[in-house]
Amino acid sequence: MAEAHFSVAFAGPLISLQDSGRPGHLRFGVPASGAMDRRSLALANIALNKPEGAPVIEVSLGGLTLDCTEGAVSLAITGGGFVIELDGQPVAPWSVLTIRAGQRLVVRRGHWGAWAYLAFAGDLEAPLWLGSASTIAASGLGGGMVTTGSTIRVRDTALVPDRRMPLPVTARPRAHLHVVPGPQMRCFRPEALETLLRGPWHVTPQGDRMGVRLKGPALELGDALQIPSEPILRGSIQVAGDGVATVLMADHQTTGGYPKIATLLDDDLDGFAQLRPGDALDFTRLTPDEAVEQARFHATRLADYFEHAKQAARR
Amino acid sequence: MTDSFPRFTPVADHALLVEFAETQDEAAHEAVLALDAALSQAPCPGLREWVPAIVNLLVDFDPRVSDHATIRAHVERLLHRPRALSAKPRTHKVGVCYEAPLAPDLDEVARLTGLSADAVIAAHLGAEYRVTMYGFAPGYAYLAELPKALRLDRKTAPVRGVPDGSVIIAGAQCLVTTLTMPTGWWRLGRSPARILTGDEAAPFLFDVGDRVRFTRLTLDDYSRQTEHDDG
Repeated sequence: MAEAHFSVAFAGPLISLQDSGRPGHLRFGVPASGAMDRRSLALANIALNKPEGAPVIEVSLGGLTLDCTEGAVSLAITGGGFVIELDGQPVAPWSVLTIRAGQRLVVRRGHWGAWAYLAFAGDLEAPLWLGSASTIAASGLGGGMVTTGSTIRVRDTALVPDRRMPLPVTARPRAHLHVVPGPQMRCFRPEALETLLRGPWHVTPQGDRMGVRLKGPALELGDALQIPSEPILRGSIQVAGDGVATVLMADHQTTGGYPKIATLLDDDLDGFAQLRPGDALDFTRLTPDEAVEQARFHATRLADYFEHAKQAARR
Repeated sequence: MTDSFPRFTPVADHALLVEFAETQDEAAHEAVLALDAALSQAPCPGLREWVPAIVNLLVDFDPRVSDHATIRAHVERLLHRPRALSAKPRTHKVGVCYEAPLAPDLDEVARLTGLSADAVIAAHLGAEYRVTMYGFAPGYAYLAELPKALRLDRKTAPVRGVPDGSVIIAGAQCLVTTLTMPTGWWRLGRSPARILTGDEAAPFLFDVGDRVRFTRLTLDDYSRQTEHDDG
């Protein structure tokens, strides 16, 4: 069966193999991991008629240069507005293209977005842990980090025509975010929630797959209340003793003793991940019932969009 | 205003936090374990996973299928039932080598606690520990009920590159690490036990609620048991 091999000529930090993640093991200290922007991962796979959650390469702002050393394979690139070049020729982000032995693919930071996704028309070789290729960056468990000098192999390769994909509005970075207050409001001074909603907030460079630190007003804790460690979710806004807020992301710790002032709606997290250091953001409060209603609305809309993208890929 | 427990707090669009107390409390942890067992025996539609911790339990659900009020009603029904028989906790024997090269903080712990190194080891071996929760990183199981004589605050600065298998203590907790990571806890010894077992059918050595006892290994025992892994 045909294979394609790549040599990683350059890889910035935090580039890893990811798939739809390994949910279900939080009770054993294992975060779900998976793509920071799960929607872009799914759409890269859908573009190649693959299962939505198949393994891909997640590219950080550090950028990635791949040399194809053997074979040929088509690939789909989604995520942020990165600069993409095939043998020096520019390719639009959100494209399907084909690379052959001797060619070089460069993916580097562009005008917007923080993460890009490379899906291959074939089986990307990736070790599994607990049934998933998603890499926990801090430990390397799962498919693994992609580093300069490493090799990427794709088995059972296919070639499909080049094409541009429409960039869905929902794939854009999202700066207007929705939160449900809590679950530890009692640990904060009464005005802290107003402070959160008033802002102003910016993304800092202190961000990785575990969490993104925000710059903004101090969220003042009440009496130094020691809370026993408790479960954390992706999207929790955790506030450390110094009043600094961090939004916990794909590789978050599963339990912790810092209070959480609010939690982002799951649907906002992919767009939030695409913000870059320095970008402004703000929070709007929803009731739990409104949040569930929004979740259902977005889930229906996203399912429709995926269906539409699947039909486009089959044409 | 007095809080009444259990307390239910919605989290985002897809989770509910069930709290049985605000501070460490034996009865609250028992209630967490009972609810954990009850949920596994009687899950409800939309339930994705749930995470037991020290005094609370987080329930994660699919908002397309359920909502906070429905999950809360289900949990309340379970709480009003006679307590489900939780699976009898298993007791694990975990070997530890306390010999010098593998126990870099043993002497310092002895100094700080005013015990001899042998007395520290005897105290550590004498206790039965309870797996209260996992956290921090995959397979990091918090073992509660470290003997009072050994309880120390964590170090002021973490030590980098502490190898996996390290048996570390801080406060009332003990932990066997699974990854090479920095830690500010005190390193009493090293264990060949693998909490991330590598067995897909049973990937984690302990369940929350299990008991753990440590047994002493010589350097030879330790080397033999770890060689096995490396081979």
